[in-house]
Order: sequence, then C-alpha cells, then structure tokens
Amino acid sequence: MWESLKEFCSWFFVTGDPLIYGAMVSIALTMVAIVFVLTKYKKWGWLWREWLTTVDHKRIGIMYLIASLLMLFRGGVDALMMRVQLAFPNLEFLHSDHYNAIFTTHGTIMILFMAMPMMFGLFNMVVPLQLGARDVAYPFLNAVSFWLFMFGAMLFNLSFVIGGSPDAGWLSYPPLSQNDFSPGPGQNFWIWGIQISGIGSLATGINFIVTILKMRAPGMKLMKMPMFSWSVFSSCTMIILAFPILTVTIALLYLDRFAGAHFFTMDGGGNPMMYLNLIWMWGHPEVYIVVVPAFGIFSEVVATFAKKKLFGYTSMVAAVMGIAILSFFTWAHHFFTMGTSANVIAFFAITTMLIAIPTGVKIFNWLFTMYRGKISFKQPMMWTIAFIPCFVVGGATGVMLSVAPADYQYHNSYFLIAHFHQVLIGGVVFGYLAGIYYWWPKLFGFKLDEKLGAWGFWLWNIGFYVCFMPQYALGFMGMTRRYYTYGWDLGWEPLNLVSTVGAFLMGAGFVFQVWQITYSIKHGERDTTGDPWNGRTLEWSIPSPAPFYNFAVVPQVKDMDDFWRVKEEKANGTYKEEPVHLEPIHMPKNSGLPFIMSVCWFIAGFGFVWEWTWMAIIGMVGVALVMWARSFQYDTDYYVPVDEVRRTEASLGRVY
Amino acid sequence: MSGGKWPRRLQLAVLAALASIMLAGCGNEYVVLNPKGPVAQTQYDLIMISIILCSIIIIPVIGLTAFIVYRYRDTPNNKATYKPNWAHSTKLEVIWWSIPIVIIAILGYFTVRDTYALKENPNKEVKPMVIQVTSLDWKWLFTYPEQNIATVNYLEIPSGVPVQFQISAEAPMNSFWVPELGGQIYAMAGMTTELYLQADHPGEFQGRGANFTGEGFAHMQFNVKATTQDEFDQWVKEVKGTTPEMSKEDYEQLKKPGLSDVLTYSSFPEGLFEEIVSKYSHGHPMETGGNMHDSMHMDGDKEESTPGSEAGEKKDESAHSTHHMPNMSMTPVMNH
Repeated sequence: MWESLKEFCSWFFVTGDPLIYGAMVSIALTMVAIVFVLTKYKKWGWLWREWLTTVDHKRIGIMYLIASLLMLFRGGVDALMMRVQLAFPNLEFLHSDHYNAIFTTHGTIMILFMAMPMMFGLFNMVVPLQLGARDVAYPFLNAVSFWLFMFGAMLFNLSFVIGGSPDAGWLSYPPLSQNDFSPGPGQNFWIWGIQISGIGSLATGINFIVTILKMRAPGMKLMKMPMFSWSVFSSCTMIILAFPILTVTIALLYLDRFAGAHFFTMDGGGNPMMYLNLIWMWGHPEVYIVVVPAFGIFSEVVATFAKKKLFGYTSMVAAVMGIAILSFFTWAHHFFTMGTSANVIAFFAITTMLIAIPTGVKIFNWLFTMYRGKISFKQPMMWTIAFIPCFVVGGATGVMLSVAPADYQYHNSYFLIAHFHQVLIGGVVFGYLAGIYYWWPKLFGFKLDEKLGAWGFWLWNIGFYVCFMPQYALGFMGMTRRYYTYGWDLGWEPLNLVSTVGAFLMGAGFVFQVWQITYSIKHGERDTTGDPWNGRTLEWSIPSPAPFYNFAVVPQVKDMDDFWRVKEEKANGTYKEEPVHLEPIHMPKNSGLPFIMSVCWFIAGFGFVWEWTWMAIIGMVGVALVMWARSFQYDTDYYVPVDEVRRTEASLGRVY
Repeated sequence: MSGGKWPRRLQLAVLAALASIMLAGCGNEYVVLNPKGPVAQTQYDLIMISIILCSIIIIPVIGLTAFIVYRYRDTPNNKATYKPNWAHSTKLEVIWWSIPIVIIAILGYFTVRDTYALKENPNKEVKPMVIQVTSLDWKWLFTYPEQNIATVNYLEIPSGVPVQFQISAEAPMNSFWVPELGGQIYAMAGMTTELYLQADHPGEFQGRGANFTGEGFAHMQFNVKATTQDEFDQWVKEVKGTTPEMSKEDYEQLKKPGLSDVLTYSSFPEGLFEEIVSKYSHGHPMETGGNMHDSMHMDGDKEESTPGSEAGEKKDESAHSTHHMPNMSMTPVMNH
C-alpha cells in the first residue's frame, strides 16, 4: 500500500527540484492559512454568499482583478527566474527542461491568465457604469465566464506541482507539442487550462457585445458612447471571431495527443504548419484584443486629466474598428520565414504595415487632446504619458518587423522579444494600470496613494527601458529567443546582465504597487463625492463605491461626455432639474451554479489532462446536470423596493 | 539591390546614432549589422531604410509629446491657451492620416521589391552550389550532394559562390540562420525550403537554429567557414580521403535525440535527404521554395563536380582536424 502510494506520488507530483518543493510547501501553507482565517472568523458563509455566488459585475470585476494580479506575480517570478539564468553565460541556475517550462508558462500566463482577466476585470468594473446600465446583459453568464476562467487558470497553474509544466513554448507548436516529443500531461494541462478559460472568454465577448448594443442608457447613440466602451466593442468583436478558432485548434491538437489523430503530426498525413496558421489566426487578433481596450483607457484618461474633450472622436472610433478588421488579415507575419511564395509574404507584409496607420492616428489624437488642455499629473495620467513614447517606439519596431525580408533577420531573435514586450508592457500593462488607478476609487471608494504609486511608476518605467532596450541590441547580435544558456564567446553577456537588472527594477516596482494597495486600504484618500478626478462620463455621476444596482435613476444622455455636460450646465445655470422618480429596480439573483459548473469543468479537465476517461465523464456529466438544472430555474430575478434604494442612496449621501 | 546613394549617407548617420545608444558600438558581435554577403547586405539596407523612415515619425512625435506635456501642464502660472471644447480639425486629421500612409507606401515598395528579389539567386553570374540541410534533435546535418560528403554541426562553403540551401528536418520545426550571411528560413519535416546565401569573402561565421525544438535547442550552434574555392576543393578532398563513410545505421544513430560533436563523413547514403523529406510528405513532396526541380540533383551524381574546381594537388595532412571546432561549447550531459 505504502509502496504503491509512493510510486503514484513519484509520477503524479513533480519531484526532484528544490525550487518546486519550496513552491509546494508555500502553496500548502497558504491554503492552510486561508482555511484557518475563514474558519476562525466564521467567513465561509460570507465568502459563498457575497463572492462565490455573486452575479454583480463589479464584484466579478474585482475578482478578475485579484486573480490577474496574482497571475502577474507568478508570471513575473517566471520572468525573473529566466533573467537570472541568462544574466551570465553558462549559468546552471535552471536546467534546460526547467527553463523551457518557465518561458512557456510565463508567456501563457501573461497573455491568457494575466492580460485577459485584467482586461475582463476592467470591462466588468467599467462598461455597465459607463453605459448607464444596472448590470451586463447576461449576469449569470458573466459569473460562468469568470469561474471558467478561474478554474482554467487553476488547472494550468497546478501543472507545476502536479504532473509537470508544459514546455513547448506558449503557443505549443506541433510537432514539438505532440506525444512523440512532449509525452506526459504537461501539454494537456496547457490545452485544458486554455480550453476551459477560453470558453469563458468567448462568453464574455458575447456578453459585452450585447451589453453595449442593448443596454445603453436612453439617448446614448453609438456615436455618443464613451471611447472605452467603443474599444471594448472592438475587442469583443475580435473575441467572438477569434476565440472559436482557438477552441477548435487546440481541440484538434488534443485529439492528436489523446486519440492518435493526425491533424498536426509530422507523419500520417498531418500538417504542423496548419496549426501555425490556425493558432495565429487567433493569436494575432488576440494581441489586438488586449491592446485595444488599453487604447480606450488612454482616451478616457487623457480627456479627463487634460480637462478637454477627446480630440477626433470619429477618427478614433474608425481607428479601433479598423484595427478590429485588419487584425484578421495579418496572421502570417508570425512566420514569414516558413518559405511561402513571395506573393503571400508581400500580402501579409503590407497588411501588417497598414495596421500602423490607424494606430498612429490615435497617437496624434491623444497628443492633440492634451494640446490646449490643462494637464494634471495624477497616476493614471502618468502611465498614459509614459505610454506614448514607449508605444511609438514599440510600434515603430513593429513596422520594422513587418518588412518581411528584414524579418528573416529579426525572426525569433531578441529584437522580436523586445518589440512585443514593448507593445505589451508599454501598451497593455501601462494601459491597464492607468485604468486600474483611474477607476479604483469608483470600485473601492478610496484613491491609491500617490507617493508609493510614484515609486512604482518610476521603477517600472526605468526598469522597462533598462530591461528591454538592450534586448533590441541583443537581437542584432543574433541572440535567439528560448536559449536557456549561451557561451562567453558571443559577446552577449554585458547586455544580458543589464537586462536582468532592469527586470528586477520592474519587479521592485510591482512590490511598491502591492505595498501601495495594502497601505491605501487604510490610509488612502477617501472619495466622498463619487467624482474624484473631475470625470466626464456617467460612471462618475454615481457615488463611490457604486451601489450594487449602479444607478438609482437611469440617466438621460445628451452628449458623449454627458456628466461633464451636466456639470457645465450646472455651473453656468442652464441645467434643467428633472423631477426624480424612483422606481423598484429589477436585479438578477445570485446563483451558485456558475461556481459548481466550473468545478465540474475542472474535474473533467483534470480527467482529460491525465487521460482518465472515467473522471472526464464524471465531470462532463456534472456540467450537463448543472445546465439542465439551470434550464428549469425560473426564480432568477427580483425587484429592489424603492425604500431600499432610497435608504442606500441616503447612506451614500444622496437624497432623493 | 542596394538602396542607392542617399540611404547610404543616412545609414552612416543612423549607425552613428545607434553606436552611441548601444555604447558598445557596432562591433563584430552585432552580426546582423555586419553583413558578409549580398543577401545579408540587402537585409541590412532594408533595416536601415526602415529605421530611417520610422525615425521620421518617432523623433518628432516624442519631441511633440514632451513639448505638449510641458507647455500645457496645469500649474497656477501657466498662461497657455486652454480650449476645453476644441476637439475637431479636419485639416489636422487629414494630415495625420496621410503621414503614416506615405511612410507605409514607401516602406511597402522596398519590402515588396526585396521580398521577390530574395527568392532568387543573389549572384546570377555564378551557378549556385547546393547544400542540403537537415535539422535533427539536436544537431544539424549538412549533406553536399555535388561533392557527396556530409558534415554535422559544421559548414564549409566557398566564398563568392552562391549556395542554395535545401532545408528540411526530421525533428520538430527549426529555423536555419547564419546572420552574417542572411536571414533565416524554417526547417520542417516533410517539406523542403530553399534559401540562397553567399559569403563574399573568406571568413568564419556563426550559424544557429532559431526556432525552439526542445531540450538541446540552445546547443544547435555551428560554425560556418567560407574559404576560397581552392581551399574548399582541398577540404573536400581531405574529407573524402580521411573521414569515415556515413552508413544508414550511422544516420539512424545520428537522428536519435542528443547532442553531437562536429563530424565529417566522406560519403552519405544515396538520396538520403530526399528520403528524409519524402518520409513525412506522404508521397507528395511539399515544396515551399520556388523552382526546386531545376536545381535538384537527385541523379546520384557522386563524383566531385564542384563547379570550377581544379584537381587539388596539394595535400595537407593536418588540415582535416583543424576544420573541427573543439572549442564549440557543448555540454553532452543530456539525460536521455
């Protein structure tokens, strides 16, 4: 018995690496601590009622945000470990296998389990408030999306202590990701972690498209919709077109691995290049999916902190929607080097360059929003200003990469690495951080401390350039990505060392931000007005933190910056006070089913990962049962009585 | 294919700027910026053209950003104009929709021109020599069909002669890259990709695999030695005279996952490369290159038939060992 248990553990758990043992111990301790605290303070019921079963978009947004910050931490630790290994030639800090696993999980986590949930967190926290809606179109589905993401992410993260991490790169190119070269459950963890959370992403895309099309406050024509909501619309359009491709592609990859199919195998009639095409048909729109909402955030922030209307709104809308369309015609630039005909290469080179046009236009529009404005340098604005030069350079190197014949020299080199980190950090991360700082008071009722935030800001920014500028040069030195080590004879060591220092500076910046959040919970400046930044759009017209029904009275919209209009009219005395008439508010009921269904998906996923068919069947039956149960649930909504609305508003300082 | 005179002058200026940015300057370690053959030169010119065109945008935009942010900062004594509702100007917007369009049009022209050019032999006057490249886990096999010799992790080519590399793999997809001679192309099982490279002068260059293939990937580096035609012929002769033949079994051993030292073989099994390709192409060899049939030599021509080679007479006994690269950093400690 004991022997067979030992045998089981030896292949079930990842063994033999002190770093992993350390991680196992810390995971176990954290879990014990969480259980202890919840039990001691009798918080289990609270956790279930208030969070695990919630369908409130703001709470779901907060949970997305927490999860994404945890994932940023894990992906960041992966990055630091890689940078330590590459700091000097021939280091033996990480072995090849371990290094390969780490860059694979770093990429997957940062894009799919950090950027995506942080983006969904912002969608949830902001879009209904900005539209003057009381929730998203499908609140139950929204909870399903979140829990699918959460359990998909947990399944993926489990792989580094159980079974072994995937190590075939963040996009798992076959044939390397096939059984012949990557046996074991690692690749299956990659497939199922992404598959489960990917279903959630697709549902979120549908949810927000419908929310934007159907839930806008009366009077808010599409061309009066705030820019962030436009960017979400663009992003969700790409999601619903791109994510099905991902789902099908990795399902086929799983069939190759599990059932011995030959879609992407080297032999038996399979074609690995088909996988490359399919995965990038999703993968390229994916990078625009995450960056376009950041453009939306910058548009909001720039207008607010320059105290000036967004310049060229129509151009901006055309640009974000243009990007959504163009993004589907550029995928082959990820493999110009596959040796296709010159016609194909030339086509994709040109379409890639075309993307630079709408993107460049946006930069000018932001600059001219600031021109003749009055710029105050609060944290959201600092990140926005830092974004502009960073993204201009990152975009320019992207244009350089689109020059196909030159790309033969950049491909898979550190030049490419530096480029996409510059657009993803300088664009996406800076953008989301700006958004988090900007909308934080609306969600939590207090601002984040400026001084600690400034430390975080400067460390991130200086760290970024110290880390990634040398990597452009390393690309010119011919340094290839995914090398776990290199020799002394290549001259790569000084710049690698500099780059490692930069990575640690960014890590220090993150530490300051965590400190900033914990410090501000107690000491942060309270937002009593609901409008801490002198905002322009509807979300600032309601108290902070926003009550669970968002708007006591649904606003009548007349202008793009409607709240700004109201404030201006009040200031110059032209505002016409409408008689306020409170009505009972129609709200969705909480439900535990999304959580339970996602647990079932997790069980099924775990079964698929280990190819334990019985377990997969149990899980899928559970999923089906939950869906069946939900179809017969009729009591899913309720009305908030007028008295309760009045009481809640009064407690927030608003009298009706 | 060079960009004419005007880009050359600007290149100098840009290079100077790059040098000051990179501190180390453009020393020999900047292999991409030290082209040693016509293909790399074309790509270098394109890199410089694109840097110049991008700088036309980047520098003014960053300057403008700094100016606007400083000029319109919200401080009590700032007298700058404040126009909170000025949010549209057709004239301005037409300007900044046009600027990137013009830049992209120029860059697009050069891109398309060179995309087509690089598919072809860069040196039309000389008949290209064929070398077949096979990526294995985790080593490179080079077979010389015209000379009927083979090497592992080492490439020797005559300078001034265009080489047509025919590239495939019997392992996960890799990418064949010799930065000083020119950009890379993928090595894929069941397919043959084609890449022309030429070294203008004798010299030694780094070559490497650029697409991740698993555990031993970082060790898939090889040296490329370009010699004069005479030296090359001499080397071929030595290889033929002093090194073992490669048998089918040797190849089967070689393709097993693991690292390898530099190896040379005086011959290789007839049609080895074609066999490797067709094994995974299901009877329909997928050619991703251009005019493969014209240049394929599948007729079992096993004689020394290097174009322009003279019967080498000199014999240097010690030469063979000097071609090996004992200093190549290999750590054959893979646990397989």
